[in-house]
Formats: sequence, C-alpha cells, structure tokens
Amino acid sequence: MYSFTIRNKVYRFNDLKTLLAKASPYRTGDVLAGVCAESYEERVAAQIALADVPLKTFLNEVIIPYEQDEVTRLIIDDHNFASFSLISHLTVGEFRDWLLSNETDTEVLRSVEAGITPEMAAAVSKLMRNQDLIAVAKKCEVITAFRNTIGLKGHFSTRLQPNHPTDDPKGIAASIIDGLLYGSGDACIGINPATDSPAAVLSLLNLIDTLRQQFEIPTQSCILSHITTTLDLVNQGAPVDLCFQSIGGTEKSNASFGINLALIDEAYQATLSLNRGTIGRNVMYFETGQGSELSANAHHGVDQQTCEARAYAIARKYKPLLVNTVVGFIGPEYLYDGKQIIRAALEDHFCGKLLGLPMGVDVCYTNHAEADQDDMDNLLTLLGVAGCNFIMGIPGSDDIMLNYQSTSFHDALYLRKTLGLKPAPEFERWLIKQGITDDKGGLLQVNPSHKLISGLL
Amino acid sequence: MKDKLSIPDPLISLKEFTAARIAIGRVGNSIPLKQSMEFKLAHAHARDAVYSTLDVDGLINKLKVFELPLFHLHSQAANRQKYLKRPDLGRLLSDESKELLTDFTTKPDVAIIIVDGLSATAVNENAPGLLKILVPLLTAAKISIAPLCLVEQGRVAIGDDIASGLNAKLSLLLIGERPGLSSADSMGAYLTYNPQPGLTDESRNCISNIRKEGMKYKQAAEKIFYLINESFKRKLSGVALKDNAGLLR
Repeated sequence: MYSFTIRNKVYRFNDLKTLLAKASPYRTGDVLAGVCAESYEERVAAQIALADVPLKTFLNEVIIPYEQDEVTRLIIDDHNFASFSLISHLTVGEFRDWLLSNETDTEVLRSVEAGITPEMAAAVSKLMRNQDLIAVAKKCEVITAFRNTIGLKGHFSTRLQPNHPTDDPKGIAASIIDGLLYGSGDACIGINPATDSPAAVLSLLNLIDTLRQQFEIPTQSCILSHITTTLDLVNQGAPVDLCFQSIGGTEKSNASFGINLALIDEAYQATLSLNRGTIGRNVMYFETGQGSELSANAHHGVDQQTCEARAYAIARKYKPLLVNTVVGFIGPEYLYDGKQIIRAALEDHFCGKLLGLPMGVDVCYTNHAEADQDDMDNLLTLLGVAGCNFIMGIPGSDDIMLNYQSTSFHDALYLRKTLGLKPAPEFERWLIKQGITDDKGGLLQVNPSHKLISGLL
Repeated sequence: MKDKLSIPDPLISLKEFTAARIAIGRVGNSIPLKQSMEFKLAHAHARDAVYSTLDVDGLINKLKVFELPLFHLHSQAANRQKYLKRPDLGRLLSDESKELLTDFTTKPDVAIIIVDGLSATAVNENAPGLLKILVPLLTAAKISIAPLCLVEQGRVAIGDDIASGLNAKLSLLLIGERPGLSSADSMGAYLTYNPQPGLTDESRNCISNIRKEGMKYKQAAEKIFYLINESFKRKLSGVALKDNAGLLR
C-alpha cells in the first residue's frame, strides 16, 4: 500500500502496479485500459508517492507474478546485483536527481545499466519532464555493429524502408536507389513484406543482397517477416543479415505475436551462426510500441509505458543491432495526438537507452491521429538532440504499403545538417566514394547515368 | 508554384516502377514546395474524411429505390472525439437504437448495415453505387433483405449487435476504411455468417478498397454475392470460407 495526502485528501494506491499507472503522464491508452489517474491531483500525488519508493522495492514487488510471466522471470533472474550496487540505496526520486547530476556520465551510466530493471526505468521516467528524458538519454551511448558502426556520438543513422504494396522488385529497388542517393540506409535496408510467404521473403532477401554486393554497400538488410519465417530461411542458408521480431512486455502479448523466449533464443543462435557481420555480431532487430499489450488484452492492468519498458528486457538479452519503437503507428485510442506521441517517443528512447539498447524511433502517425508533419518535425528534432541512434527513411514520408506517415530521406538530411550529425562512418566513406555526398556530408548533384541508377534500368 | 531553385531529381525515370514518392527533388536538403503542398493536400483529404459525417438524408434518398424499411442508428460514442478515443463504444449500439431493434420476429437472410467508420465520405460516395448492383442480384436469387440500417460513429463489430437484433442469418456491413494519403474514400465490406455479439475478425470476410479508383462496384458486388452464396451453402464465414473462394484473390 502506497499513499500520499494533499490538503487532507488521502490518495491510496494498492500496489506498485497501480502506483506506476496512476503516476503515468496522461494518454488515451491508459484511459481505455481503466488504469489512468482520475484527476490531475491524483497523478501528481502518485508521482510524489512514487518518488519515495526505494529502487530495491522493484526487486521484491513484481508487477506481474513471477510464476505467471516469463518476462518477469527474465527481469528478475537476469538482474545484475553488482551493477545495481551503485544505485541500490536510492529511491526513485533520488535516482532521477542522480541521473541528471553532472557526475553521472556516459561511463557511469554504462556501469549501472545491467542493474536497472525496466520497471525502475519506467518509474523514474514518470517523474521526469521531456527535457530530463532528453538530457539523460543524451549522456548514454549505445554502440552496435554488423557491417558498419551505429550509435557513435555525433552520428545518426536511418533505416531505409522501401516498402511496396505488392513487393514488386523494381518498385522496391527504385525506392532503395532513391534512398541511397539521399544518403539513407546505414542502419539497415529493411522491408516490411506485403506477405509472409517464405518464397516472397527469400526473393526480397536476394534482391537486397545482390544490390549490396554489387555496389559494396557497407550496410545490412532485413526483411521484417515473422521470426519463424526468418528462422526457416536461416536454416536453409538464405542471406539473412538481421533477424527481426516485434516484441511486447508480457508473456501473453508475445503469445499473441506467436512467439516466446525459447523461440527467440533459437532464432538468435541460428542467425549468429551464419556469421555474416564483418565488423560486429549484433544480429537482431526488434520493434516495439506502447499499447501493443493492451491491444492484445495482455496488459495485466499495467500501464502501457511500463509494459513497453518490460519489452526492452527481452531486447537486451539478445544484444540487438537495432531496437525501434514504432511510436505513432498504433492509433489515437492509445496515443491521441502529437503531444502524447512525442512524450511516448521520448520515454521509450530514454528507457531503452538507460537499459543499454540501441534505440531508434519510427517518428510516425496515422491519419486518424491528431498529428501532422509539424508534430513529427518537433519530435524528430528532439530525438536528434537526445542522441537517438536512428529513424526511418521513407520516400516523401509516405509508406504506401503500411499506410502511415513516417520520416522522409529529406528529414534525416535536415537533422544531420542542423545538428551537425553524420552517418555511420563506414557508410559515410561509401557515400563519398560513390559521389553522393562531399566530405562535409553535403549532397552532391548525381547524374542520371550514375551506376546506381543505370544498374536498375 | 515555380520551383526554379529546386534541384532536378536524377531518378525521374524510376517513377514508373512505384507509387512511392521517389524522385521528388530537393531545395537545399528539403522537399520542394510543390511536393510539400501535394503531401499536405493529401493529408487534408484524409483528415477531412475522418471528420466527415454520414449524409443520412442523401443516403435515404438514394436507397429508397429498393423499397426497404430503414433504421437510423447510433453507437455509444457520442461524438467523433469519443469515437477515436474509445473504440469499444463504437462497437456498441446506444440504448435508443437498441429499442428500435426489438420485436423482430421474421428471419431475413441478409442485414445490410451502412456505417461511417473512419471515413463517412467513403460510404456516402460508394455505398449506393455498390448496392444498386448488389441488391438486384440478391433479390433475383430470392435472398431476403432485412431493413437497411444507417449507423453513425460505428465500428465493424457493431454490425453483430444490429444483425442479431434483426434476427438476420448474415450481416453485410459497409464501412469507411481508415483513410490513406492516396485514398480518403475507400469502403470496406465485411460479411459475417450467423452474427452474434462478441465475434472477432477471424469470423468475417473482408473486401477492401471499394471505390471508383480501386475495386469497382461491379467486381465488388459480384465478389460479395459469391461470398454470400458460399456462406449460406457452407454455413460459415471467415478464414475457412476465404480459403476455398475461387473468385477471391
């Protein structure tokens, strides 16, 4: 039982799960789930009560029972007490101040990350303003590698997303070339296939792999099929660079995705065994997004941001190359407008980074959300300042397969230029060699006879 | 809009391969004004579609040729804002609407339910045209039709409440789909055999993208007619029906 009294009104919160939910900044998904604070005052009361909870409590009071949920078991069993020792005496509120203090730098943050549980990260984020989330995330540095290096300070990458409603090879190739000529694609070239059929996925894998080898592009490919499809293809020796899967923060939500930890284990080991990375062995690509647990009716009364942070426990077990929170895709019943989408994205980026994940964000919205390009420009800029590892690159922001709006190739160029950020170093050298950018990152005028274009025709 | 500052895109020749917004050029590093405005206009159409309302009078006028009784119903979502935030309320009929549907003793074959969904524009524009072809097909095949229903602030599952209230053996629900940037007027048709409250999407068949620039009315009507016949023959709808439907893609 937790409580706080404001002007003789006593606010009681039965358990940690309730306290976390009531302390969460307002969003439609928590209202839909019936776990949201009922007044502004109750929310602040919950936040003040939460600030006094010792971090140690999170190791003793789990929010979804250990016996019922393998994600809880993973969180508890993999918790690193040695890393935790530096912060074990703190309350959630003291943890927030500690994170912001000047002495807590990149190295210190890295040394405690294995001692932080997702619920601790979610809890502290609920006490933080957007600028706090940005300031702390900026101090984190999570570097991963496969054929290039992603996440170095001062660098900013993009996943080139050349989707096509019928997976037409020429249509996809045209979008890939377009993106490469705008300097996009260093995080990966990643396609959401229109169907999950193994034959279709294999032909897309071959398409990108051929292109990559032909032009010696220092990047990796990913077809975002279901993990079972990818696993079968890996076992057949298909050119799988990265193994993709959407994940959620509860065992039940993962069951609704048709996955569990044993399956991810198997796919991870299989993909590693292909040994295709030239400079690194980060082979997993995970996608998440607040609200997926509620959408699967698998949230156990836990607020959507805490559920999201729990998914990161799964992600970090498999040392992924990329983790992408697809923040605005889920719709207005979970995140209603630009304000809620922006807040959620900053929370996800912060929590992921704090837990040691190479966070990227799909800065996006659907047409029934109260959001537009201006909101995305704001979020994009905030994430650039916060040191986000990567965003999506989609022709003109318009994904014609998934029918939502994300970030364009131009958006990434805007951010690189205004904030002085560069692509992954290996990819940057390739762009210069191809005559696509100059050595300061400026785009060059490419001739229609450039071999990347003539190669396709 | 002149765009003499924008740098021509070397990829113009690749545009024929995809509807994606490739080769849009740039001013500095930014999207040229012309392309920026095209995008904004497409988004404006999608937003207007989300906030469009069911043209009840216009629809009643166009549908009276079928000489069927007609009900005007409403979900429990009082307005569009509530509708967007609470999908659960859009799946339930308001109490007043429920009252209207009591005392049905006949057992019609098909209930046709027209719902605004996320684009009322889509059903305003496409439902009458589709029904003009479909209803005669049903009538000729001696398939009886329940009173037509027009529903505001509704989602797909509201059809289960309505059709079971009307004692119909099958429901055909026409609903405005979530508007995309290239299609703000796309209508979906959902077919459910033995509709009951609490059913989920796997018990339905869906035909999507019905509109003038998408799936044409005649093709859509024939597909729906085929599915209705198959559904009655096999006494089911949903995933199992789709597998064997030769006419379907």
